[in-house]
This record gives sequence, structure tokens and C-alpha cells, in this order.
Amino acid sequence: MHCVSTSQVMQQQEIIPHLFRTEYRKIVSVLCRHFGFDQIAVAEDLASDTFATAAQTWGIKGLPPNPTAWLYTVAKNKAKNYLQRDMVFNNKISPEIQNTIPQFYETDIDLSPQNINDSQLRMMFAICHPSISTEAQIGLSLRILCGFGIDEIADAFLSNKETINKRLYRAKEKLREEKVSIDLPDDKQIDERLAPVLTTIYLLFNEGYYSINTNTTLRKDLCLEAMRLCTMLVENPRTNKPPVNALLSLMCFHASRFEARTNKNGEPVLYDDQDISLWDTDLISKGAYFLNCSATGAELSKYHLEATIAYWRTQKPDTPEKWQIVLGLYDQLLALSYSPVAILNRIYVLSKVNGKEPAIIEAEKLYLTNDQFYYTLLGELYTGIDNQKAKQNFEQALSLAKADTDKIVLRRKIENLPSFY
Amino acid sequence: MKEYMLIFRHQDGSKIASPEQMQIWMQQTMDWLGAIAAKGKYEGKGDGLVFDGAKVVHHNNVVTNGPFGEIKETLGGYVIVKANSVDEAVEFAKGSPILQGEGNTIEVRLLAKGDSVH
Repeated sequence: MHCVSTSQVMQQQEIIPHLFRTEYRKIVSVLCRHFGFDQIAVAEDLASDTFATAAQTWGIKGLPPNPTAWLYTVAKNKAKNYLQRDMVFNNKISPEIQNTIPQFYETDIDLSPQNINDSQLRMMFAICHPSISTEAQIGLSLRILCGFGIDEIADAFLSNKETINKRLYRAKEKLREEKVSIDLPDDKQIDERLAPVLTTIYLLFNEGYYSINTNTTLRKDLCLEAMRLCTMLVENPRTNKPPVNALLSLMCFHASRFEARTNKNGEPVLYDDQDISLWDTDLISKGAYFLNCSATGAELSKYHLEATIAYWRTQKPDTPEKWQIVLGLYDQLLALSYSPVAILNRIYVLSKVNGKEPAIIEAEKLYLTNDQFYYTLLGELYTGIDNQKAKQNFEQALSLAKADTDKIVLRRKIENLPSFY
Repeated sequence: MKEYMLIFRHQDGSKIASPEQMQIWMQQTMDWLGAIAAKGKYEGKGDGLVFDGAKVVHHNNVVTNGPFGEIKETLGGYVIVKANSVDEAVEFAKGSPILQGEGNTIEVRLLAKGDSVH
């Protein structure tokens, strides 16, 4: 009897989920490109089936020398069998239609690195189609472009498997009804279609960076996947546009603080308390590189401005010049695209430039009474000016906060307020 | 625990950019941002109006200091935008953070260019 050693079993237990994450998406994209986007369910089934076969076979026979090549071969064979069965079905059931069906099923399924990349890129544009909700776009991206399992997606959205399955199913149906094709848009359309793709990537990143989920490994994975997708766009000459570089730069700057922003117990460490030696200088210099690549052409995107602001955030020393520049950047950002987050941040910066009192006056005009960050900002601004009011505002923020990490931070801020007599 | 390698295109993949290199990149970037802001939508930059030392001149040439107790609204600043129509200019105005303040308004006016009409 063939015996598989314990270490090999261990290895397989780790390698299959790992390969699922890296290879599932490639197989689905290539098969989907081959069959057409309307056959996405078939492509997903065949890819899942390939992994089921791998788990079974490797469990008995041990790991093949080149697991990835093995997966590709099995996926190809499964696809060919499927096409043959499909052909037989067509022949038997409807021979009269047979003549009218073009023989577009080339039997060779191309799993070359070039085709894998190209297929994934096309898939990105198909999934980020404006006809489905952004939540559905992120969900489908996680599943099909990032190879996340349904339970992982459910975890990321703090939801359950049934809900996620339904959401993804409905989204795929919608894309099918819309007859979304798996072609790259032509050069004229690419800028327009790029916008929702970038939005999805940025949301995916934020899902990881600001998520209310406390699983730090999962959160980091979400961020890295977003950066990987954006890198794919930068590496393709047709999609290597200035805003794409700006978004990648922005994510590099933010991600540079990943190790510093949580402590060993998974609790948040605020910017001012972070250990700078944990900041990733490699990512910071990559951020500067991509930002420089983005600074070309005649169009300014919000990613350009956000990335430049993010750069200044990587420069810890507080100088009046720095805050003045950042204030100007926020003014430009708000003129380009207004958001409550940006206006609140701008007022924080204003307090650094002009002092807390004028900032409080500006902030209190906003009346963002459903926004915990509005009260957090007010609490911050009142700290040291009127600690009683600071406490009230922090407490108001606490009552609105959902994320455990935010609650921890707010309680800490209340505790640290100097007593007011 | 899963680890991924991120492969980035980089001018020199073998080392981290020097602080001097980063300085150059950032200077170029800031210059570009400045240039694009100047020639973009906004014809001129526009500015906030400073209250310190402000004066009000009345019809009988009486000059009073600000603040402007008897004037209900004060001018906070201005910005000149390029637009094809007043409606387009109104759309720009709608995006302004000024309107987040309750009671604040933005007046949209065509600039007279010295022609006979305006």
C-alpha cells in the first residue's frame, strides 16, 4: 500500500488553499475567455472541479512534481471533455441546428502566462461593469479575480455564505442579461471604463484598510489583492494610464504603515503613536515612484491628489510648510470631488495651519450629525480647549461607532482627556 | 497565513530609491500638480478674503472697520471658473464645500468683459 508521509500531508493541506488562491482565478479567466462571459458558471464549475480532483488525487498519490502544471493539464482536459459532451448533446438533440452553429470551440485552451494575464485583465473590465452594484463588483472581484472562498468573502463583508452566494449569483445573471463581453474596451472607451475598475480596486483596498473586521490577516490580504490588480493594469501598456499609477501610489503609501498600525494584540495604534521604524520604506519609495509616473498628461484625478496627500502623511515631521501644502491639496480635492471624509480631514489640517479655534468654527458649520468621524474631529479639536465638550463629542462618536477598533480608540481618547476643573 | 509577492515595475528594482531621488520625484510631481491646477478648470486660482484690516466704505464716504455688523452676509472668497453656460457654472458651485455650511450661499455671476452687452 502506498503511504503518504505526515510532512507531505501537511504540505498538501497548506498547498491546496494556496494554489486555489493563486490559480483558481487564472483558470476561470482563461476558460471564461474561451467560452464567452455567459458561460462563466461553467468556467467556475470546471475550475472548482479541477481542485476537487487535485485534493483527491494528491491525497492518495502525493504531490506531483509541478502542482501548477498539473492543475492546468487537468483543467484543460476537463474543459475538452465538457466541450465534447456539449457537442454530443448538440448532435443528438438538435442535429438540424448543428450546421448553423459555428465551430468556434477551438480545442486548445491557452494557459500561457501571456494569455492568463490578458484574460484576467479582460475579466476585470467585465466584472466592474456599471450595470451591477459596487458591492456586487467587489464580491465578484474577490471571488473571480482574487480567488477568495465564499466564506472568506462572507467574513470580509461580515455576512453569511447564503447571502454572498445569492449576491454573486444575481450579479452574474445581470451581467449575462446585459450581454457583457469579455473584450477589452477600445482605446476611446478605455478611460471611461477604467473609472469603475479603479473605483472597485480602491474600494477593495479600503475594505481591507478601514474594515470593521478585526481579522488582520484577511484585511492585509484584501489590500494586497487590490494592489496586485492595480499592478496588472500598470503592467499593460493599454491600461497604464496616469490615474492607474496614482491609485497604485496611493495604496503603496497607505500600505507602508500596515505593520505599524496594529499592535501585537491586534489593537489599533494611532498615527501619532506609531513606531516609524515599522513603516515600510520600500513601499514609500515605490509610492513616490508611481506618483511621479502619474504626474503626466492634462488630467488631474482625485487619486493624484489623494496620493500626494498620502505622501505627505509618510513625512512625519510637522512643519508649517507641510500643513500649508496639504491644505492646498485638500482644497483642490474638494473642488474636484466632494466627500465628507475629505472635508473633515481638511478641517483637521486647517487646525494645524490656523489653530483649533477657527477649525472648530468651520467644523460646526457642517452638521454631519450622523457621522462618527464628525464628532471624533470635534472631540479632537476641543481637546485642550474645552475638555468637557471634547468628552461629549467623543461620547457621541462612540455611540455611533460600529467597528471595535474605533470604539477602542475613542474610549482611550476619553480616558486620556485631562480632568476638567 | 498566506504570503504574496508583489512585483512592481521599478526603475531600479534592486534597491530602494534614495531620499534624493524621492525628493526629485516629489518636486516634479508637485510642479505638475501646480501647473495643472493653474491651467485647468479655474482660470485664476481664486482666494479667500482676509477679514483683518478690512474696511467698509459707505455712500457718504464714511469709512468703517470690519467686522460688518450691519451687513447680513459677508464675502468669504471667490473663485473664477470657466464654464460654457451659467448652468454649468452652477454645477461647479454645487460641488463647493462652502455649501456645507447651513445658510451659506454661492452667487454665480458672469464676468463683464468690457463688451457693450455687459
